[in-house]
Amino acid sequence: MTDYDDVRSCCSAADICSKCWTLMTIAIRILDRALRDDFGFQHRLWVYSGRRGIHCWVCDEAARKLSVTARSAVAEYLSLVKGGEETTKKVILSDPIHPFIRESLMEVERYFTRYALHDQEILTRKETLDKVLALVPEDVRKELQQDFQNEKKPETRWKLIKDQAVRKQGTNKKAQHFEKEIMLQYCYPRLDVNVSKGVNHLLKSPFSVHPKTGRISVPIDLKELEKFDPFAVPTISLICEELDRSKPGEEDEKMEDKENEKDAAEKRKIRDYKRTSLAKYVKCFDQFLEGVARSFKGELLKKSDLQKEF
Amino acid sequence: MLHSRHTFTRVCCVWRDSFWKYASHQENGTMEFFSRKKKNNNSSSPQEELYGHSLQFYGQPPIENISLTEFETFAVERLKLLKTIENLGVSYVKQSEQYSKKLESEFKNLNFPYRVEVVDRKVQNGPSEYEKRRKDHISHFILRLAYCQTEDLRRWFIQQEVDLFKFRFNDMGAKQKLEFLHRNNLQYDTINAEEKKTLHDKLINSSYAVSGITVEDQDFYKVPFQDALDLVRTRKVYLKAGFVYIPHQDIVTIVLNDFRTRLSKALALTARSLPIVHSDERLQPLLNHLSHAYVGQDYSIQKNVGKISLDQIDSLSGKSFPLCMRQLHQSLREHHHLRHGGRMQYGLFLKGIGLSLEQALQFWRSEFIRGKVDADKFDKQYAYGIRHMFGKEGKRADYTPYSCMKVILSNMPSQGDYHGCPFRHSDPELLKQKLQFYKVSPSGIGQILELVKGMHYQLACQKYFELTHNVEDANFSLNHPNQYFIESQRLLSGGSRDLKREVETPQKTKPQPAAQEISAKDIPEMMEDLDSFFQDA
Repeated sequence: MTDYDDVRSCCSAADICSKCWTLMTIAIRILDRALRDDFGFQHRLWVYSGRRGIHCWVCDEAARKLSVTARSAVAEYLSLVKGGEETTKKVILSDPIHPFIRESLMEVERYFTRYALHDQEILTRKETLDKVLALVPEDVRKELQQDFQNEKKPETRWKLIKDQAVRKQGTNKKAQHFEKEIMLQYCYPRLDVNVSKGVNHLLKSPFSVHPKTGRISVPIDLKELEKFDPFAVPTISLICEELDRSKPGEEDEKMEDKENEKDAAEKRKIRDYKRTSLAKYVKCFDQFLEGVARSFKGELLKKSDLQKEF
Repeated sequence: MLHSRHTFTRVCCVWRDSFWKYASHQENGTMEFFSRKKKNNNSSSPQEELYGHSLQFYGQPPIENISLTEFETFAVERLKLLKTIENLGVSYVKQSEQYSKKLESEFKNLNFPYRVEVVDRKVQNGPSEYEKRRKDHISHFILRLAYCQTEDLRRWFIQQEVDLFKFRFNDMGAKQKLEFLHRNNLQYDTINAEEKKTLHDKLINSSYAVSGITVEDQDFYKVPFQDALDLVRTRKVYLKAGFVYIPHQDIVTIVLNDFRTRLSKALALTARSLPIVHSDERLQPLLNHLSHAYVGQDYSIQKNVGKISLDQIDSLSGKSFPLCMRQLHQSLREHHHLRHGGRMQYGLFLKGIGLSLEQALQFWRSEFIRGKVDADKFDKQYAYGIRHMFGKEGKRADYTPYSCMKVILSNMPSQGDYHGCPFRHSDPELLKQKLQFYKVSPSGIGQILELVKGMHYQLACQKYFELTHNVEDANFSLNHPNQYFIESQRLLSGGSRDLKREVETPQKTKPQPAAQEISAKDIPEMMEDLDSFFQDA
């Protein structure tokens, strides 16, 4: 999330909070939809990194077989925000607006008022307001600065910006989509393309422990996405604590013969994680794997049918 | 060079051995047997069969005898063509009018097949259309031998051949395109009218070039997205459930992809057959020379190791570093840190100007320590990377400093990055401010911004060189940051220029080789010309 430092005011660098976590929610919505509807990828697992980011594991066979060029093309198709420190305007749209961009905008719009106008206050605080106005054409900017002297409410200010944009779009001149560009620059996900492009980049494994926070890198259940709280994710210390708590009746098991000891130890191991906060995450992971396994079996059946094997 | 009959036969056999193997791979086991009769220039049907179209996928290797002279001439001329394509591709927008015009004249100069002549005008002096196509065919396969050996060479060769193919394909009329497609068995499924209706709006909104009329009139092909990566990458097509929907007019991208894939596979196979080719002592020196010619100066061999001391770097960055490196150095001093992209670009550059590994380690370490990184952390996390750059870790590859082309085209900087080419990657406004900060004159800044607008990034950097060194003319054609440094140092130390360079200054920015009649005695000269041609390109 350091990549978003120019558009969030609540935190910077490695910090995150509930306000800017919304950016990750938006990212998941947009990217998951694109991977599923546009690319046709069925098996997508979203994982929390343990600190400030999220990863998506795409496990379809077609995905795993993509060449480096293909991977790079997928990453670029999904990229809308371009430019570094030196670039002011990081999103530039031109006609026609591609269906992918339209769909992404619809997702952003669902969150924009609450996230950008209220939580991040981009149109209220002076520094951020100036940055936003830097993204509109000069003539529009002057008018807006005038209007804003009388209008202080963020929703009204945003409406004024949108009206200006609609007016510009009617004229068919350049730089018409600035209201969309603002929304995207502030909310659209920023990918780490280098990880996505290369095939020998090391990846963080799900369920590993983040060295800086101690949080477990857990799968995210998309059905409960809005409720996901990165600060509620279990840490390794919590898990250890939970494991050390003994259940009633466990004392008796320690009396069993040495013969059954090994069995018991195995059983205990299998039950152990279920006692911890990891249980629901493992379940989520299992369901995902079942899905992948089913489709793999389905493919095998199809192939063997074709070959008429028995 | 011997021209005995024995020589002829040997060339033919060597060739056939190396190409026969992968020709059979490509065609999936079906091998066609060509007769060993020599081809007669004036016979009709076998000729037309082989070279019936001005464009080809180079699927079948040539099967005939040629002289060593022709072998070398063809190879050199094609290489000149490919090199021109590379240069024009950086200086002009590809497929633009200027680009096309310049490339056209190069085709004519070097006698490569260009437009399909409706009537093969025999009245013309010079080679016939058939001869041009034959040269195209043979020269391509010769260069495959030279350029299959390493990943870098293969990548370069494929890139230029793809650009060449794209240029020629685009130039064909609709009918010829269709003919080409059918000749090469490219069939993709079209969608029916009902599906077209359902997708109508999405199709129109996916591409500037697709209007309602396009959807009505043209066939739309449903193609797996892996076959149309260029369109996907630039988001110029409608993508649904892993398939892209392409109007007939855009079929070219698919064809290009196909071409690229085929060529890539072929090169890999060719590499395996190389030992046989290299056993022929007459071919080996030529092939080696050809593959080194493209690279020219890559500044990988460190010439002045240890001649630069660390405390000189600050002043050197202002005087002799190109803008990209100056920017990186400044950012490093300011933030006591650089991200990976910046470390690679700057680190390799420093290696190129002569920093030793020990110096580099000291340099980065002392700067990083001033920031958030303590000595321990540096040794654990960053020292490895630096040693890796110098070829002391991992696969021990001695990485070469990035050329301008690489800096401009790959690894675009994002938030928090300072690498890349400022002329390409910085906002014009910010670039202007930066140049003002570095005390470039307003008129100079104006000139630079004009060049940037025209996408002539290297020329813009050259102009920056001229303005900061107070000279009218840089007297070199910039294509590498380390070249900038060397030229700057040379100028500042009042060094004399090579006589050779003096003679070639008129050709500095847009190299245009004069057309030459090649005869047997010219070959040794040609080799030298080749060298100088590539040095200044």
